[in-house]
Amino acid sequence: MVSSYVGENATFAKQYLAGELEIEFNPQGTLAERIRAGGAGIPAFYTRTGYGTKVAEGKETREFDGHHYVMERGLVADLALVHAWKGDPEGNLVYRMTARNFNPVMASAAKVTVAEVEEIVEQGSFNPDHIITPGIFVQRMIKLDNVTKRIEQRTTRKREAAE
Amino acid sequence: MAGKIFPSADAALEGVTFDGMTLMSGGFGLSGNPENLIAALKRNGVKQMTVVSNNCGADGFGLWTLLNNGQIKKMIASYVGENKLFERLYLDGTLELELNPQGTLAERIRAGGAGIPAFFTPSGVGTIAAEGKPTEKFDGKLYVRETWLRADLSIVKAWKADPEGNLVFRKTARNFNPVMATAGKITIAEVEHIVDAGEIDGDAVHTPGIFVDRIIQGVGYEKRIENRTTRPRPV
Amino acid sequence: MAWNRDEMAARAAKELKDGYYVNLGIGIPTLVANHVPSGMSIQLQSENGMLGMGPFPFEGEEDPDLINAGKQTITTLPTTSFFDSATSFGMIRGGHIQLAILGALQVGENGDLANWMIPGKMIKGMGGAMDLVAGVKRVVVLMEHVAKGDEKKILNTCSLPLTGKGVVDLIVSDLCVFEVARPGLTLVDIAPGVTVDEIRAKTQPDFKVAVKH
Repeated sequence: MVSSYVGENATFAKQYLAGELEIEFNPQGTLAERIRAGGAGIPAFYTRTGYGTKVAEGKETREFDGHHYVMERGLVADLALVHAWKGDPEGNLVYRMTARNFNPVMASAAKVTVAEVEEIVEQGSFNPDHIITPGIFVQRMIKLDNVTKRIEQRTTRKREAAE
Repeated sequence: MAGKIFPSADAALEGVTFDGMTLMSGGFGLSGNPENLIAALKRNGVKQMTVVSNNCGADGFGLWTLLNNGQIKKMIASYVGENKLFERLYLDGTLELELNPQGTLAERIRAGGAGIPAFFTPSGVGTIAAEGKPTEKFDGKLYVRETWLRADLSIVKAWKADPEGNLVFRKTARNFNPVMATAGKITIAEVEHIVDAGEIDGDAVHTPGIFVDRIIQGVGYEKRIENRTTRPRPV
Repeated sequence: MAWNRDEMAARAAKELKDGYYVNLGIGIPTLVANHVPSGMSIQLQSENGMLGMGPFPFEGEEDPDLINAGKQTITTLPTTSFFDSATSFGMIRGGHIQLAILGALQVGENGDLANWMIPGKMIKGMGGAMDLVAGVKRVVVLMEHVAKGDEKKILNTCSLPLTGKGVVDLIVSDLCVFEVARPGLTLVDIAPGVTVDEIRAKTQPDFKVAVKH
């Protein structure tokens, strides 16, 4: 696993401790930037994140304008699986609220990207200014019939008492 | 909190210009240019600017007017054709020019805004664009190391803004504007429409307001078309 | 009879494949859009921030916010998406575009390309050309075989400043088509009535002949 956080996952802990699973921890921003770099043809870049910590061990460091940075590599995948809200037949995608997260950068960084969407809309029904992932990054798309969205932390506030 | 909306382009420039400053100006050709802020910079008279922009206007328009007013010392761009004044000043030696491949220019600006001081790109390897720059091999292929670009002031043109500074761009007038908005110590956006908070769908925001310090309502847009190409209507 | 500009564009259009994302340069390459075989779906990228570039607008419907990389007014299609310049060139460098068709001043037999500046003349800038040839999967050069005064453009080594080293895959000229094996050229197609001798006289490097008819 190349991840930034693997808590709340007993199976993961068990496999890792048993030596059945390798893990590479990346700071979350570094992980996102590595994936974006992979998709954008950038093989490596420098970031301040993690300098002087365990995550920088074994990596090239360099000083720019008096600050220290760590060199990180682009990440590319053989396959990316992403979830979008809506897609059109060209593969253009839009996401909904914070369900966007890593999906657009991952869509750009794989040899083959498969998008699952909650709704397939007709070609031309998106406003082209609103498209988040252009169809060039999407090779296959499926429509989900039953979307189950699990909420990990259900946090609510009380309604104001009715007048 | 003091609001981000300023009454005019001149007012928005107060306290943020100084001789020798680095300016980023959005636009591709004359499309998506911050026309009001460029005009205000001319009135402001700030000198010796290093200007980062894909082009330097065109004869009589856009950044050309600042060049013509002797305010630009150095230009960092990817293409400066269609500009006789630029040619003359460059050949005179009164204007410095740093040419970047267009994608490298965009990526340097993005890097500046994203805290990435340097990155490697395949663009320009083996050409004069890579001269004097470090190169490195990754997975058997040669890349050139490019550094970030940041500005003292970025001026951008958007279609809509809300009071928070969330911006929406229109069609290909988007171009360099969103990346430049991220890379200025101060970013001023001029827009065609200022809308109420909440009117822009959060999923459709191109530039989050965190990147925008000042907003003005643009007026009198010229939006000059450089190459008007049409096709005949079917009879 | 050498191919005219439209015939050259039609020949270059044979390099298109269904589903391709393509970037067309300014000049003759733009004409390739008129020769997309019917039934084939191609999306054109314009590096100023658009995929799904449509034809020129009808007079009176020009939109200054909607231009291509040649600053020409264009239109949208139902497939169109817009994005910023950094995303656009990420797409280009990241190898997501299958084909670029570009003009050239000179091409070397090693695939070197020179198409952005002539020393002694004003430097205009490389624009997006260096990113395109560095990132796009297959680069096709579409150009007149020789320059004015019969000056050769297909050379052992380019004398003009390069746009990219070892980047050209195919040359389509008004006389013929060369595959660029890097190093070495192979003649694979000839315009009607043009002879191999004429091509040899107008091409500096030697080449193999493997014309498929």
